[in-house]
Amino acid sequence: MQDKMIARAKELLRDGAVNRVLGWKTGEFVYDITPAVFTSAEELDRDFVFDAFTAANLSKYLVKESKKEGKVLAFLKPCDSYSFQQLIKEHRVDRENVYIVGIPCEGKVDIEALKARGISGITAIEETADAVTVKTVYDEDITVAKQDVLFERCVNCKSKKVVICDEMLGENGEIVDSDRFDAVAKLEAMTPDERFAFWQNELSRCIRCNACRNVCPACTCEKCVFDNVNSGVEHKVAANSFEESLFHIIRAYHVAGRCTDCGECSRVCPQHIPLHLLNRKFIKDMNELYGEYQAGADTETRPPLVNFSMDDCEPSIVYQRGGNA
Amino acid sequence: MQVENKEFKPLIVAFCCNWCSYAGADLAGTNRLNYPADVKIIRVPCSCRVNPMFILRAFQRGADGVIICGCHPGDCHYTTGNYYARRRMTALFSMLDYLGIEKGRTRVEWVSAAEGQRFAETMNSFVSTIISLGENKRLEDLRCKTK
Repeated sequence: MQDKMIARAKELLRDGAVNRVLGWKTGEFVYDITPAVFTSAEELDRDFVFDAFTAANLSKYLVKESKKEGKVLAFLKPCDSYSFQQLIKEHRVDRENVYIVGIPCEGKVDIEALKARGISGITAIEETADAVTVKTVYDEDITVAKQDVLFERCVNCKSKKVVICDEMLGENGEIVDSDRFDAVAKLEAMTPDERFAFWQNELSRCIRCNACRNVCPACTCEKCVFDNVNSGVEHKVAANSFEESLFHIIRAYHVAGRCTDCGECSRVCPQHIPLHLLNRKFIKDMNELYGEYQAGADTETRPPLVNFSMDDCEPSIVYQRGGNA
Repeated sequence: MQVENKEFKPLIVAFCCNWCSYAGADLAGTNRLNYPADVKIIRVPCSCRVNPMFILRAFQRGADGVIICGCHPGDCHYTTGNYYARRRMTALFSMLDYLGIEKGRTRVEWVSAAEGQRFAETMNSFVSTIISLGENKRLEDLRCKTK
């Protein structure tokens, strides 16, 4: 796939259809992938990578890239294409300045899952349909089942379909049935005391690095509430349990109805807080109360929070349904 | 010797829409209906003016309960404000419940300008709910504690 992508990118660069390419390159380690812009065939040959570790969502970079001179080529995975379409819907990107090549995705490997299995010093990774093989500095070749080392978001993948692209490299997938709300339902079934303890435990690890906000393709405000010194939630470490919850409620609420559930927030969290569970709670609620809605699936429908119907339920419904009192 | 009053006095913040509930509260007053003095009313131009952050902020500053009063659906002075507020608050309350905050600390009620009686009843019932729930411990900010 990587060779096909590089070849196609070179073609488009040579034809002058685009003047730069947005892709991924290896950072300090092979699993340490960083998004990058390439402007020449030499650079592509030298640095461009696409493998089981290239999980980063590129669509947020297009907000800035699409404002620049000339067309940019972007490789979008299914998840990224949802985010990109949502950005189009919000008029945050210039669609005509972006040439999108859709690429199929069979799930990305979570380095933390590999580390948890005692695998370290990885120097290369190869994947097949259901297994990944890693080479390490200790001259080992370790093969593990892919399902065991995927990101949570990939295990519960919602769609393998690229929803917007100018061309597809390879076969486009389909929307899949996923169990992504099971974890939320499990939490909902707990008592409030258990839930409170669970979230205190998770959120108290937060170091307020703001990585979840910075990476989120839905968080594209020029001026963010978390940078406002008068907001009381400006960039600073949480002083007590209230501020921990405050930041996370606000962050999740700001993307409610716009979150495509790409799972980037949980991926980048250095403290491994399951942030996607907060986003999914909003998605689940809105699906149940206001009808199924998938952000980024199209550009026409109105998101649930900027829409209403005369016979919406009353807020008290929250206290009546499910869960224990 | 000074006798310490240990009885729990809740602090309730009520966001009242200028066009209905605020006038409803006025009517409750002119009709000499009783409702607890623990309720502190904040006038807002519409129930949809209430940013979810206002509610969190109220809890931070020591509120034990927050109630939002707006016009009955269909009667909004700005035609549709309360419909948006209804969805927003449903989402927020659900999230608070999800994080383990006690049910019932937040409420939305529709009270028109003619419903002084209803305003007093609503506040009485909300205050008694909060008294039974006790102090707000789960969403408090210790730095903002005055006592």
